[in-house]
Amino acid sequence: MTSLTKILTHAFDKDEGHVHIEIKEKPYSNPYLVGVGLGLVLLAAFVIMGRGLGASGALSTAVAVTVSNIAPEHAAQNNFYKQYVGDENSNPLMDWLIFQTLGVLVGGFLSGTIAHRVKKGVEKGPQISTKMRLVYAFIGGGLLGWGAKLARGCMSGQALSGGAVLNLGSWAFMMMVFVGGYAAAYFMRRQWI
Amino acid sequence: MNAPFFKFEYFNTDVSLIIAFAIGIAFGIALEKGGFGRATILASQFYFTNMRVLKVMFTAIVTAMLGLYFLSVIGFVDLSLVYLTQTNMLPMVVGGLVAGVGFVIGGYCPGTSMVAVATGKIDAVVYVAGMIFGIFVFGEMFPSIENFFNSGFMGTVTIPSYFNLSYGLVVFLVVLMALGAFAAAEWGEKKMAAKSGKVKA
Repeated sequence: MTSLTKILTHAFDKDEGHVHIEIKEKPYSNPYLVGVGLGLVLLAAFVIMGRGLGASGALSTAVAVTVSNIAPEHAAQNNFYKQYVGDENSNPLMDWLIFQTLGVLVGGFLSGTIAHRVKKGVEKGPQISTKMRLVYAFIGGGLLGWGAKLARGCMSGQALSGGAVLNLGSWAFMMMVFVGGYAAAYFMRRQWI
Repeated sequence: MNAPFFKFEYFNTDVSLIIAFAIGIAFGIALEKGGFGRATILASQFYFTNMRVLKVMFTAIVTAMLGLYFLSVIGFVDLSLVYLTQTNMLPMVVGGLVAGVGFVIGGYCPGTSMVAVATGKIDAVVYVAGMIFGIFVFGEMFPSIENFFNSGFMGTVTIPSYFNLSYGLVVFLVVLMALGAFAAAEWGEKKMAAKSGKVKA
């Protein structure tokens, strides 16, 4: 019996990083294989469309359109909102990044469903309360939204897409994300480990 | 020379939206399969316990970079028609730092938070709300930071063009760097696993 426990513990220890709450949940794929897959998706975007992937752009359009609907004059005076709302001849919501982001939601849900990984929950380390985790999630999201706009893109648009086309600013952005992340990691350790 | 297809007007904007949706689905599947729908996995990158973020990201960059380079060398893709974001160095450096700090605090980046929302993570829903708030604050601040936003303008500039190196050489160097990073990541993970094993015992 003890040896069985040992074997099981060992088997679970070997499993990368995630705690098994449900036995049915399939383990995540090999990161290098996923990387090749993701790289081919990105390559397809370049070859078919001549542009890379993105994520924060869709939310920016949503924010700009909302502000523009509530306070049209206020938005019209702001070059940031203006760039997303565009002119009257085109619908800003009929946008590549909006449709791509809707696809990400669908794709994530499909993949998670097939692997039995769709599960309501809060992602956090054992030492932090759910309430505090949600506060940090809001603050972190706010910083990323703000920072990504200043940098003209996020991890998808700058680091990944710009990285693959050797864009100078994208590589600078990517290095700074790692610098900022590792610098703040110590102060956030109670949230994660 | 016949790609990027959209630039050669093989299809119209309406069709491009269907393609965007399809590519998004594939993007979402890849992120989910990589484990990027979970903040605990993403954050572990910053504690050297699980280097998945680095492995997936650099493999993807290398794959797309090599593919694009190969397709341009054989004359299939016109690289000059592939979109490059303009570089404004200082805002990008500051934005990157803020985004990196936000990544560790929030546990997601924008793309991965979408996958986490789609797979039922409540913290990701709150994160997205935070992101919308952050973008709104940026928008409201914009008139006062517009000068900084447009500072450090360098145009569309790549590493090869800036350092006056051949494109192929930089591709080769990036591959070398990625291989080095993978070796370091594997070594680091083993090291951390051994360390946490000792603590438990």
